[in-house]
Amino acid sequence: MLALIIAHAAVGALVVGLGDRLGRRAFAVAAAPMAATLVWALARSGDVVDGDAVTESLTWVGGLDLAFDLRFDAFSLVMVLLVAGVGVLVCAWSPPYFSHDRPGTGRLAGLLALFAGSMLGLVVSDHLLALFVFWELTSVTSYLLIGNDDRNPVARAAARQAILVTGAGGLVLLAGFVLLGQAAGTYRISELAELGEVLALAGSTVDVAVVLVLVGAFTKSAQAPFGSWLPGAMVAPTPISTYLHSATMVKAGVYLVARLAPVLAPIGAWRLVVLTVGATTMVMGGWRALRQHDLKLMLAYGTVSQLGFMMVLFGAGEYPMTQAGVVLLLAHGAFKAALFMVVGIVDHELGTRDIQRIGRLGRGFTPVIVITVVGAASMAGVPPLLGFIAKEKALDAIEGAGFAGATGALVAVMAGSVLTFAYSARFALGATGRLAAPDAGHEAASAHTPSRWLVWPPMVLTVLTVAAGVAPVLVDDLVRAATTAIDAAASPSPVRLWVGVNTALVLSVLVIGAGVVLVLLRAGVERAQRSVGRVTGVLPSSQLVYEATVDGIARVAQRITSVVQHGSLPLYLAVVVMTAAVVPAVPFLRDLDELPVVNHTWVHAPLAALIVVCAVAAATARRRVSAVLLLGAVGYLMAGLYVAEGAPDLALTQFAVETLATVMFVLVLRVLPRGWADSRRAVTSPVRLGVSGAVAAAVFVFALVTTSARDDVSEPPVSEEMVERAAPDAKGNNVVNVILVDFRGLDTLGEITVLVVAAVGAVGLARASRRRAGEQPRTAGAGGADVGVHEGDEEVAV
Amino acid sequence: VKRLLVVDTSVRLLHHSILVLSLYFLLAGHNQPGGGFVGGLTAGAAVSLRFVAGGPEAVRTAFRFRPWTILGTGLAVSVATALVPLLAGNAVLEHDDVSVDLPVLGTVKATSALPFDIGVYLVVLGLALMIFEAFGEEPRLDEPAGDRPLTAPQPEEVP
Repeated sequence: MLALIIAHAAVGALVVGLGDRLGRRAFAVAAAPMAATLVWALARSGDVVDGDAVTESLTWVGGLDLAFDLRFDAFSLVMVLLVAGVGVLVCAWSPPYFSHDRPGTGRLAGLLALFAGSMLGLVVSDHLLALFVFWELTSVTSYLLIGNDDRNPVARAAARQAILVTGAGGLVLLAGFVLLGQAAGTYRISELAELGEVLALAGSTVDVAVVLVLVGAFTKSAQAPFGSWLPGAMVAPTPISTYLHSATMVKAGVYLVARLAPVLAPIGAWRLVVLTVGATTMVMGGWRALRQHDLKLMLAYGTVSQLGFMMVLFGAGEYPMTQAGVVLLLAHGAFKAALFMVVGIVDHELGTRDIQRIGRLGRGFTPVIVITVVGAASMAGVPPLLGFIAKEKALDAIEGAGFAGATGALVAVMAGSVLTFAYSARFALGATGRLAAPDAGHEAASAHTPSRWLVWPPMVLTVLTVAAGVAPVLVDDLVRAATTAIDAAASPSPVRLWVGVNTALVLSVLVIGAGVVLVLLRAGVERAQRSVGRVTGVLPSSQLVYEATVDGIARVAQRITSVVQHGSLPLYLAVVVMTAAVVPAVPFLRDLDELPVVNHTWVHAPLAALIVVCAVAAATARRRVSAVLLLGAVGYLMAGLYVAEGAPDLALTQFAVETLATVMFVLVLRVLPRGWADSRRAVTSPVRLGVSGAVAAAVFVFALVTTSARDDVSEPPVSEEMVERAAPDAKGNNVVNVILVDFRGLDTLGEITVLVVAAVGAVGLARASRRRAGEQPRTAGAGGADVGVHEGDEEVAV
Repeated sequence: VKRLLVVDTSVRLLHHSILVLSLYFLLAGHNQPGGGFVGGLTAGAAVSLRFVAGGPEAVRTAFRFRPWTILGTGLAVSVATALVPLLAGNAVLEHDDVSVDLPVLGTVKATSALPFDIGVYLVVLGLALMIFEAFGEEPRLDEPAGDRPLTAPQPEEVP
């Protein structure tokens, strides 16, 4: 499994790196790891369905018990079949869809492979934190895929919204995982499953954790109120929408809920939250899907609705509902991907997705019409298709469930199913041109027959939908094994098309009947939706909440920045030095019991006197250059102090630094006025005197405390050990240098990195101010290389 | 740029001597006062002499490589030195040393700290060169420096 994940990453990185050089062949390369995964999964499926999970483990950070524990059981198999199977079909379908090589197509294919690898890792991870890593990787690749058309501002905004929502949810999820893992004492999902009773008694930590985990899952699976990013993500090319935003990624939240529900469902608010949110999402998504004119948006809201349905089924933690969820997962993966491809075909051939403009399709479209009708019928839950079995099982399971609120869930699911029937019919009629506005419809006339390469991938899915519906024995073993994999205590019933006349069948007939009524009265329904929309329009939609949040954060940040950074350099300086002086001085003053006796050679006295003289002269100098030179003198005299103390290395460094610093100061001073505007006030201003005095006092106290700090400590100082070990261990006699390059080499590495950053920043500043002066930035002499500094970013305040 | 014969000549003499001194600091630093940081600063001082004598153009001709190349090479050398021990299964920056017998000089001992220090030297030298590159251009002399406004210089026509 690890090898497969790595293969995805390697192939993905390779294809992204090659860019558009492969053209549309990139999809064939990207499909290779997915096909390998599919073959591997099918080869192992026999054992896995029999209950023997395949496990692998790679230690990541041993001390923290962090590991990539992979576990491939029957439920993972269901997900892997979706990820790899739909992935291969999407890769086969993409080249004819992108019938012209467009820039960015190669990158798209590579990102698809990277995404497939992340998703594969997600569904086989047995460790919560490893799962989280893959979870975030799917968010990131999804962001890149949505925003692949990076010149389109709409795509960029949609990508940003997707990553902000799923990323924020990811952080919440991580918090939930950590709380859960700490309370349970393990991060392994398979071990969590055995801890049901213990966790239930663990108290409020777990109560909070389950809600956090649910919020994370809801953002990923576009549940209310976090669902607004998914319809926006439809701006991505249709293969991406097919793969990520219907078949795989959005199921990650559902997958996680399914995995954890058997343990967590009885704890805290889990069941209440998941049922409420799932049911609400299902009904709202269906309602909105029914309102759309764009086929793709219709499917997007339909996906939101179906995800809500799955949340209800998996979240309850009752195995009959879980089993229905597994069937729905398979059914949805098959029909929704096929329908998305239909949208792609219609869009590709007719150039529109608006049901008012799609006319009657010609004879060449017969296979497409078949795919559409079968897919929509499966979505609507019409026998004898897999979707019907899923809904039948769901209604039966909810009706028989014993937990509080089951009746409410049943009503919501039935309402959602009626809406699903209605929008499925609307989709089928719209896509085949039965809902065209009277004056439109000419798009179909000019359409040429879709290429057979565009038709066969969705046709495969359609055949599977029909086959599994007519002969459910094909998926029976898999579904039952997956149910047992989720919930070891489950004893799932066989999957059958016809189970005799029972309540569920009656409910199904009711749903279909009500759906047919909605379809027949569709003009009335549209009017009703419009009037309801006028009422609910005053409520803030989740899209508005998202926009208001993002705008609000930006506005608050701007206001804080304008207060904190208003551009006065003296004030910045005062704040910085006062912080540096006051904050450490407080604990120092507490430590200072008695003044230490400072007693060194007599040379100190004249040097100190000279330093004081130069410092006072620097502070009162009329000209900037004089001040800088006097400061340099202070530095040289300090070096003299070091010499007197017997620290030649320090003195040498101080000397060299002082020399260079003075020269560089002068360089900058050339562009400044010679004198200060208020040289008199500089010395006498009480504020400046106060700040300077405070800094001086703080440095003085610091010096006193540090010289006396070791007086009452009996341990030998660290420096002694360093002196002792310098020659034998580091083969160097200069202890200062040995410390710099060996004992504390990592510090030095950090420091020179800071130097590099500072150098780049200084050049950027210089160029920015020169550019502002109206001069062309000089393209640096013979070398002519660009340092990569973004000019004009910094606000230069002098 | 106005050039002075005395300055020009003495800088020509001093520049290389100081560079050699800086190399001495670099190489001797592990046992005597010195090291990559001091060496780099000393080399920077040599550069500043070139600058005093001939302006930014003299600095540019003094080194074959551009400042950012030197800066980046230095950082790369240091990071590489820090990471190489990982390949041998040791800790980051783990120390190693070799002794070589050279004809005239006798036994020369080199430790893995030397390449690390060379990186530090190059970064500090590169930093100095970058600063001269960035701020070394003559301020426009057609208006006296003292009358210039405090904020960024005003746009003006270039003849």
